[in-house]
Amino acid sequence: MKELFIIAVGSALVNNVVLSQFLGICPFLGVSKKIETAAGMGGAVIFVITIASFCTSVVYEFILQPLNIEYLQTIVFILVIAALVQFVEMFLKKSMPSLYQALGVYLPLITTNCAVLGVALNNVQYEYNILSSVVNGFATAVGFTIAIVIMAGIREKTEHNDVPESFKGTPIVLLTAALMSIAFFGFSGLI
Amino acid sequence: MNRCVERLYNGIIKENPTFVMMLGMCPTLAVTTSAINGIGMGLSTTVVLVLSNMMISALRKIIPDSVRIPAFIVVVASFVTIVQFLLQGFVPSLYDSLGLYIPLIVVNCIILGRAESYASKNPIIPSLFDGLGMGLGFTFGLTCIGIVREILGAGQVFGFQIMPSSYEPITIFILAPGAFIVLSMLVATRNKIMNNMEKKGKKVVKPQGGCAEGGCASCGGCASSLSSGQDKE
Repeated sequence: MKELFIIAVGSALVNNVVLSQFLGICPFLGVSKKIETAAGMGGAVIFVITIASFCTSVVYEFILQPLNIEYLQTIVFILVIAALVQFVEMFLKKSMPSLYQALGVYLPLITTNCAVLGVALNNVQYEYNILSSVVNGFATAVGFTIAIVIMAGIREKTEHNDVPESFKGTPIVLLTAALMSIAFFGFSGLI
Repeated sequence: MNRCVERLYNGIIKENPTFVMMLGMCPTLAVTTSAINGIGMGLSTTVVLVLSNMMISALRKIIPDSVRIPAFIVVVASFVTIVQFLLQGFVPSLYDSLGLYIPLIVVNCIILGRAESYASKNPIIPSLFDGLGMGLGFTFGLTCIGIVREILGAGQVFGFQIMPSSYEPITIFILAPGAFIVLSMLVATRNKIMNNMEKKGKKVVKPQGGCAEGGCASCGGCASSLSSGQDKE
């Protein structure tokens, strides 16, 4: 239990997926204009990464390892993730239309979110078992959501600020991210 | 032959993936802690890009249109796995410092983007040069950022001390926040240059929905074509 807690805090705050590992930069910069959409994206990411960590670690432990074909992990994982996103999308469309309405737009964007593949590969690299993998995936995605929602909040506040011409748009967002990243260094003493 | 030279020029200067198109931001931020890492990542990506462009171009008449994106991903992932093992075997130090970001070349927007927009429609030789040009442009971008960060953060270039010993390295530039700061300055400079060029009435290549431009159109493009590709199955 203690171990799981350390994994969770570690991947949600200390090694934040966006601010210290640079995974999922695309949606972090692209979908962080409003808190609502940022939270929607975060929800979709939590949903997909948690399921994807479970599926990939099951595939790794019960198919790749017994057959001694661990070297195929990159190919297998990316296909599992792509298929999974499709299934999740179809399932939500059929059975939970309201959730699909909220998350649907973001689901296709997630396949090429490198955070999903990154978490799956990290799980294997740290030799996590299935339960730890799911916890790690969930916590990583929560870390992503925290970062993107804070970012959206800051962007909403600073939208009408007087920014120098060349810094409008992406550069000022990247500077904000740099300051957030410095702030998240404060968590490094936690574990 | 002219066409090949044109592809090289296009990749390295006109549509440079890092400076003009703003694609592949994850590795750009993550591995540029030193110039040598930047070159290593850039060249690995170039190798994958050239091989996958050639393979996809060779198979372009065989792969059915409806499953092309999953097929591209399998081709790219295979080459990435090969490159990963070659690095592990021959340059273990680079393999250790790039770590997770080598397998993540698979989800680099540049590679799928080139496969979809160029290699799947053109013959093998131009596709090869297209991949080479884009790859070298990416390598160039990563190396520049790596050099800047290494000089400021460690006072070195490619591991050689170049700043006087009285220089106190600004360590934050080789940590995570430094990546964001350097990239932000870089984009601001690019905006400045582009604004000036526009004022003079020169034609400017606009970034076509690079990740950082807010629309995330290219990643979304990859992903939505992925889903539409699979829907037709």
